[in-house]
Amino acid sequence: MADMINVYLYGKKYEVPSNLTIMEAFEYAGYQLVRGCGCRNGFCGACATIYRIKGKNELHGCLACSTKVENDMCVATLPFFPLEKKVYDITEIKPTQQVMMQLYPEIYACVGCNACTKACTQDLNVMQYIAHAQRGEFEKCAELSFDCVMCGVCSSRCPAGISHPQVALLARRLTGKYIRPEAKHLTTRVEEIEKGDCKAMMEAIMQKPIEELKELYNTREIEK
Amino acid sequence: MSLPYTAEMMESIKKVEAGRAARIGFEPRRMTADEKTALLQAFHPDYNLDSFEEIKVGPNAGQKAPKELVEILQGESRIKGMDLDLTNPDYDVDVLVIGGGGAGSSAAIEANEAGANVMIVTKLRIGDANTMMAEGGIQAADKENDSPAQHYLDVMGGGHFANVPELVEKLVCDGPIAINWLDKLGVLFDKDEDGRMVTTHGGGTSRKRMHAAADYSGAEIMRTLRDEVYNRKIPVVDFTAAIEIIKDTDGKAAGAVLLNMETNEIQIARAKTVIIATGGAGRMHYQGFPTSNHYGATADGLVLAYRAGAPLLYQDTLQYHPTGVAFPSQIYGALVTEKVRSMGAMFVNVDGEVFMHPLETRDVAASGIIRECKERGKGVPTPVADGIWLDTPMIDMIHGEGTLEKRLPGMLRMYLRCGIDMRKVPIVIYPTLHYQNGGIKVGVNGMSEVENLYVAGEAIGGIHGRNRLMGNSLLDIIVFGRNAGQQAGAKCKEVELKELTLSHVDDFSKTLADAGIEPTVVSPKLLPDYRPEGVTRLN
Repeated sequence: MADMINVYLYGKKYEVPSNLTIMEAFEYAGYQLVRGCGCRNGFCGACATIYRIKGKNELHGCLACSTKVENDMCVATLPFFPLEKKVYDITEIKPTQQVMMQLYPEIYACVGCNACTKACTQDLNVMQYIAHAQRGEFEKCAELSFDCVMCGVCSSRCPAGISHPQVALLARRLTGKYIRPEAKHLTTRVEEIEKGDCKAMMEAIMQKPIEELKELYNTREIEK
Repeated sequence: MSLPYTAEMMESIKKVEAGRAARIGFEPRRMTADEKTALLQAFHPDYNLDSFEEIKVGPNAGQKAPKELVEILQGESRIKGMDLDLTNPDYDVDVLVIGGGGAGSSAAIEANEAGANVMIVTKLRIGDANTMMAEGGIQAADKENDSPAQHYLDVMGGGHFANVPELVEKLVCDGPIAINWLDKLGVLFDKDEDGRMVTTHGGGTSRKRMHAAADYSGAEIMRTLRDEVYNRKIPVVDFTAAIEIIKDTDGKAAGAVLLNMETNEIQIARAKTVIIATGGAGRMHYQGFPTSNHYGATADGLVLAYRAGAPLLYQDTLQYHPTGVAFPSQIYGALVTEKVRSMGAMFVNVDGEVFMHPLETRDVAASGIIRECKERGKGVPTPVADGIWLDTPMIDMIHGEGTLEKRLPGMLRMYLRCGIDMRKVPIVIYPTLHYQNGGIKVGVNGMSEVENLYVAGEAIGGIHGRNRLMGNSLLDIIVFGRNAGQQAGAKCKEVELKELTLSHVDDFSKTLADAGIEPTVVSPKLLPDYRPEGVTRLN
């Protein structure tokens, strides 16, 4: 059995085993979670959390599902943060610098405090990807922001009111749709399917008796 | 942080390291069909008959299902005894989508595209779904050496030829179209500098057709779909669960009873067509397994549809992903993507021996691991659970330093948070409950046997037969999500709703009573309860 430590959940003291995650500590303390709990594995951003170790100044952002409790941890969850998402038509916008100015002009008010980067639960260089967005360098913004889970902790710390995850998402969609080169083999195959070129092969294989299909499967060539 | 492995584990790692160089370039033998059959029957959890029970009432009466599923299928309705006014619905729409994962979002986008007034209800947030957690990739036959027919063969073989052929046909023929749709929405697939998709193998694939977005494939797809739902201003009613399907007096689906998860308010949604896209069942923890699934994976859709009279298909078959985390405790049961093996990592036992090919189908791989631990006693003991080494340092040895970081950033981060650098040391894995192979029976149009009740995604049964291949779930949520949205979006234009009724819920309750079954739980379950037992608390 793990050692017991003290944590402060919304300021109230609970004694919990030291090997739990923050999320498990809430459950151990008796919370039946509805908000602030999603994939429980670090991908969905539902369990954004802010904590301080009692007596220390530094404020930490983390995901409750993938952060272990520490002694004297003082925890507040951030199950929702009002990010500002602008609505756009992906088929009409273009990957130009102007699109950011139109949709997210507040990024140009960034004061360079770097609080977003310090708060990031995924250890991303948030301020840097915003700088790329400012310059219309969408591919770089997309790469640096790729692991973003959109938890919103960065935005909670931003004096300029930037909704960083939404800016990054726009940059990624612009990159995926307009900047990365077309997959020609994909275009070709889609055309073939739409023309009906794959039909004959499909019909042939679907008509095979099950024993023949099994034989075909068991002896099929596997690409090296 | 120091490496949290025990001294015993460190001793075993020495044996793993000793054989590593010899493993590079070596391909272990694949099992014969007969060997696989024998292995599955002896070790796959689906063959553990003690954990199954007969369903006593409803369309699948007489068939088997996991005990926990039988309990909720035969559970008591959450609205039992309530007299709900169905004449003044709180929401009145053309298409009601239940569930906000990849399938539900795809369906909503297509229904919107078809001009229908569509609404999503989801018991957590849009995107809190297994889609978000799919790491490895999405299959589609779009390379020159591949074809939908080749993909078909792999799917059928992987599913032990139990798949519904017409559903598989739809899956594989619409596969490249689905990838193209996502590509045009701006999903950042891994491509080389010429735009060619970077594709790899998955377990049981005969061609390299696994498309990926690093190891955030599902997350990248999900956040793009969610963004598109918002761009189209499709209403999303979150933290609201559907707890019963409503029908009209003609017996057609006509809406749902909704429950606000925070305020417990009951609301009524009327709809001309309904799409169940509620996902899987990992949080049912069948046979006590840990799960890789998200918090809300409790088979709700199966309960709703079953009470409404829709038959299930293959409700007795589950997928145990071979590589769930066995250690450390804080990520126990979490998914280690199959892509780790696609990129060369092998299974190694406590003595440093490779005991099977790393890319057998999932059911075979999981059974092989269970045998290695339970029968042969060659598992790696850890303070949490015994498991098998997955030799991740092989990846950078094969593909060059930096590859693991670039192609598997999510995995690397997950383990680094626990003080384990998987580039340097192997990790311990054991099968985890991952996927509901079975589900609600549908036709190629996505409709269940209840008129106007459609199904999309993991809640469907039959596409994958008795075992799903890696990368075919992300594909199926897109293909069958879009399909359900298109079909329901078109069908709603000709629907004339009659009076709404919940009589089927009462009827089901009576059927249970007549069969002498006293429900032991209320259902749908909605969420698991992980609070400690043995504590006195109100309700």
